[in-house]
Amino acid sequence: MTGPRRDPDMVRPYVRTGGQIRPRADVRLESVVIAANGPTGALAADARLVMRLFAPGDGDPGGGGPRGGGLAVADIAAALEMPPSTVRILVSSLMDSGHLTSPPSALPDEPASDVLQEVLRGLRELV
Amino acid sequence: MVFGNWSDPSADPGRPVAYVPASVRRSAKIVVAGGFGVGKTTLIGSVSEVAPLRMEEPITEESTGVDDLRGTPGKTTTTVGMDFGRIHLAGGSLALYLFGLPGQIRFRPLWEDLTEGALGCLVLADTRNLDACHGALTLLEERGTPYAVAINTFPDAPAHPDAELREALALDPATPLTRCDARDRASSLYALITLAEYLTTRPAATHLDPLESLR
Ligand SMILES: Nc1nc2c(ncn2[C@@H]2O[C@H](COP(=O)(O)OP(=O)(O)OP(=O)(O)O)[C@@H](O)[C@H]2O)c(=O)[nH]1
Ligand SMILES: [Mg+2]
Repeated sequence: MTGPRRDPDMVRPYVRTGGQIRPRADVRLESVVIAANGPTGALAADARLVMRLFAPGDGDPGGGGPRGGGLAVADIAAALEMPPSTVRILVSSLMDSGHLTSPPSALPDEPASDVLQEVLRGLRELV
Repeated sequence: MVFGNWSDPSADPGRPVAYVPASVRRSAKIVVAGGFGVGKTTLIGSVSEVAPLRMEEPITEESTGVDDLRGTPGKTTTTVGMDFGRIHLAGGSLALYLFGLPGQIRFRPLWEDLTEGALGCLVLADTRNLDACHGALTLLEERGTPYAVAINTFPDAPAHPDAELREALALDPATPLTRCDARDRASSLYALITLAEYLTTRPAATHLDPLESLR
């Protein structure tokens, strides 16, 4: 997001994000992240809550990876009942610090038209 | 509806969460917009393959004091709910997220986050109150997000010919206008297919920078 907000009457609470106010451009509501084998140093309470979602559970049914599987920013916001704008920033920080990462199988950004074709084909297969 | 795998709810303090399958290699999103009560949550629930979830974003609105009887600028915090669901496509390699948000001008900051990188938007409209989707149309046009309109057919809603609906909504001739029953999965999927067909065929599909129109 670039430039000033167009509606100065509205502000969002950034207090929970340790002062960081802007998420990474590649961390959007639908961006999927997984736990990285990164540092285990002390984290602030909210960041710890996020990381707990990625901790391996007993008989973890997720099957999505070694540590519970992937979650999108929106999934994390819903699971933790945290505002999505806050989670975007927390996830950005946790990616920068090496705690979270993109899934290893993630495809590099592709032309939007390819994704659109895949969405169209996929939706048609469902009906 | 196929439900995803659930973690043990007692294992963490938050709500249960359906992990994204390891087969997912990329994700994308489509926004479902419209006025209050037009069927956004119903449509997302109809097509989602995991139990739909809800996010809540508090927004603080500062009144200018003009119509504040005490003459002091007031501040109110409202919580805006956003529902979302997920469909797995292309053999489970593509996670398509569907986000629902009322089209209120005062929700603009939420719209910025939601439309950023969105493939497009399905705008639901109710012929009993067509004006209710003007906010969504305004916000989408500001953001340069392509959209299709689906009339959600409520039993007591008046039926109008397409031409009248297009005029009332001031739709571009190229913008798809369709009908759906948000309670029905196939009908909801067809509405999404109408949007996806438009997105893949419209000439502007080659340049999809949603922020471009703002620069
Ligand atoms: N007859 C009929 N009823 C519908 C349809 N879609 C939704 N409804 C009903 O309309 C009511 C509102 O639907 P919701 O899906 O909650 O609408 P919404 O847009 O999410 O509402 P808000 O989140 O409050 O803005 C519910 O009682 C639905 O059962 C439809 O296609 N046909
Ligand atoms: Mg709703």
